[in-house]
Amino acid sequence: MTESDMTETPDLTHFVERFDDGRARLNLAVEGMTCAACMFEIEGGLGALPNVTNARANLTSGRVAIEWQADGVDPVAVVGRLRDLGYKAYPYDARRMESEEQQEARFLLRCLGVAAFAAMNVMLLSVSVWSGNVSDITPEQRDFFHWLSALIALPAVAYAGQPFFRSATRAVLAGRLNMDVPITLGVVLALALSVFETLHHAEHAYFDSAVMLLAFLLAGRWLDQNMRRRTRAVAANLAALKAETAVKFISADEISEVPVAAIRPGDLVLVRPGERIAVDGEVEDGRSEIDQSLVTGETAHVSAERGTLVYAGTLNVNGTLRVRVGAADRGTLLDEVTRLLDHAVEARSHYVRLAERAARLYAPVVHLTAIVTMLGWVALGATWHDAVVTAIAVLIITCPCALGLAIPAVQVVASGALFRAGVLLASGDAIERLASVDTVVFDKTGTLTLPEPELVDAGRVSPETLALAGRLALASRHPLAAAIARAAGATAPLDDASEEPGQGVSAIVDGDDGLVREVRLGRPSWCGAEAEATRVAAADPEASVIVFRDGAAVTVFSVRQRLREDATAVLAGLRARGLAVELLSGDREAAVGHVARQLGVTEVRAAATPADKIARIEALRAAGRKVLMVGDGINDAPALAAADVSLSPVTAAHLTQSASDAVFLGDRLQPVAAALDITRRARRIMHENLWLAVVYNAIAVPVAIAGLATPLVAAVAMSGSSMLVILNALRAKPRSAGGDPGLASGRPRTI
Amino acid sequence: MEVLVYLVPLALSLGLLGLGAFLWSLKTGQYDDLDGAAWRAIMDDDQLPPAAAQKKAPPPQTP
Repeated sequence: MTESDMTETPDLTHFVERFDDGRARLNLAVEGMTCAACMFEIEGGLGALPNVTNARANLTSGRVAIEWQADGVDPVAVVGRLRDLGYKAYPYDARRMESEEQQEARFLLRCLGVAAFAAMNVMLLSVSVWSGNVSDITPEQRDFFHWLSALIALPAVAYAGQPFFRSATRAVLAGRLNMDVPITLGVVLALALSVFETLHHAEHAYFDSAVMLLAFLLAGRWLDQNMRRRTRAVAANLAALKAETAVKFISADEISEVPVAAIRPGDLVLVRPGERIAVDGEVEDGRSEIDQSLVTGETAHVSAERGTLVYAGTLNVNGTLRVRVGAADRGTLLDEVTRLLDHAVEARSHYVRLAERAARLYAPVVHLTAIVTMLGWVALGATWHDAVVTAIAVLIITCPCALGLAIPAVQVVASGALFRAGVLLASGDAIERLASVDTVVFDKTGTLTLPEPELVDAGRVSPETLALAGRLALASRHPLAAAIARAAGATAPLDDASEEPGQGVSAIVDGDDGLVREVRLGRPSWCGAEAEATRVAAADPEASVIVFRDGAAVTVFSVRQRLREDATAVLAGLRARGLAVELLSGDREAAVGHVARQLGVTEVRAAATPADKIARIEALRAAGRKVLMVGDGINDAPALAAADVSLSPVTAAHLTQSASDAVFLGDRLQPVAAALDITRRARRIMHENLWLAVVYNAIAVPVAIAGLATPLVAAVAMSGSSMLVILNALRAKPRSAGGDPGLASGRPRTI
Repeated sequence: MEVLVYLVPLALSLGLLGLGAFLWSLKTGQYDDLDGAAWRAIMDDDQLPPAAAQKKAPPPQTP
């Protein structure tokens, strides 16, 4: 029996969570669940399975959780059931990291709930006091209301203020100042002053300002966290949907498809033609050609035989291989990439966010103003009590309420716009970094070109021939055959097609004249068309040729990496925006030069190693350029991390995606240009918002310094400026909803 | 002004009731799937999928 005939059963037990009470749960990322009808269909279909106690779909995150009792359900049956319903599902490893994020989101929401409750109730009491102050409130009633406010505000702040207090403590202990330091100081001083004033039966207390400030800031904090969590969930789904599995030998002639996470060094895995190799290792048996373009960018195939080291992410082209999984003997290339990557990621973390830069400027100015106010009033002959009260009023009114919302609100709107444009952000501050880019460096293979090769000259061949070749091609997993099948749009495979390993596929078909004839698709030598193939190959040295023989007639197809449809237009657009565009590829000089000429790029570097790529990026950065790197190969990963900001297509290798700041979807390059436009607009609005906050302070601070900032003034100013900033942030949404590559109803359709 | 003796505790307890309801809804995962919940609301009861119709067990938490 041959290896391809062996039965294989995917092993999903690795992903099943088991609980003490006998329940078991499986989390799946589901591809294609885009609407409410899908959600109900999936829940109904899974719920009908025997022993399933619960099936719940989450439309927001695109996942399904299935629970059952004891060992009543085979996880494979669940995936099979979903496949029958028309959905591809992949087990999702619910990592601890993510549940921590969920915890944090819930904690922030609880804090927000508590702060909002306190703000509403304290404000109710405050409005009574304010209206009483101008009419007939007695000092006793006012004290009662103030004590009641304290009763609500003090515990509420103690609870809801925790995110700020913790962060401020950490910053101060580390000898830094962040935005949370003035917030904490302002809130604590406002409460202390209010209690003190209440004890002395004073007219004004600032309980309402303190809790309202916290409520506004927590809203900003939660929006910020929610955006990051949502984009990360999408990215994690994409990773799961890439279905990183390997076919492992569980005995000498029995194989099983298992997730890569469950593969151990020393395991023997089977790699069939047309499959991507999921592990690093050494070839034990078999002979094939390997396409390493995803790893090195080099498009020419290398041959593999017993003893050859193969890398995860490379494509096995034409033979079946048995690979012994290695860990210690990792390829020198991957080791090099990992080392460079660690180094580059470390350097990246020095980026200072816009909000932090604002805080560094802001905190000392505010604290200095408060001290100067206090000393100024004392010098003018005011009592220490009045001077301190005025100084604290300055701190309260300058508390960065609008500032705390200025940037998160814009980020939420901009990331929503990016999502619709097909760009998924992995980090929140990528918006700011994308906006400041002035140089864009592209990788070639898989980035400017489509990840899969395409038939070059489909129009030259008669439709009947192409259709027949396409149907025959369906019998093979070879990437060149797959390109022909795609070009022909073939769906019905020929009966009894057989594959000759390393050569091609053949079948017997009935002709119109009643005679049977043999058709072959494969190597030129196997199809007896070497002369024609050599001629075609000479005309286009980058293309790979595959021959189709129908009886006596021979057709030579040439298949090559094709540029993304809109690559030329997008690159021209980037240059028109004043950006410098460069090409940095690991592929051969000739192949890169051809693409560069087509795209009109003059700054080109070919045959670059991962270290060369980093060196070029660092040279650009040293020259003061802000570099956006766009790449998909594993060899690009260090360069992606070294650049100021990076993008990779969704087809990129896993390691590469995790090194980049954002992932773009679809077959077009347009999302790259859209990302730059949206983020530039967003940054402009962030700056506007910061200036709005400055203008607000310029008006409010003199009022406070003059000692006129009553709690009523503080409340009006605070909510007014916050509303203004939020309304302005909504402008970050592009006016036209244009550009919708591969997206339906705001979520990925084609992955 | 004796009415304050009733009104103030009443106002506070109503507020706390609201806060309690919010914390409860948060705890039972009602904010986990905002897109799906919008559609569940308009789903006709007689067309409920069998799983949802039979089972009243609390939903498993989707990560």
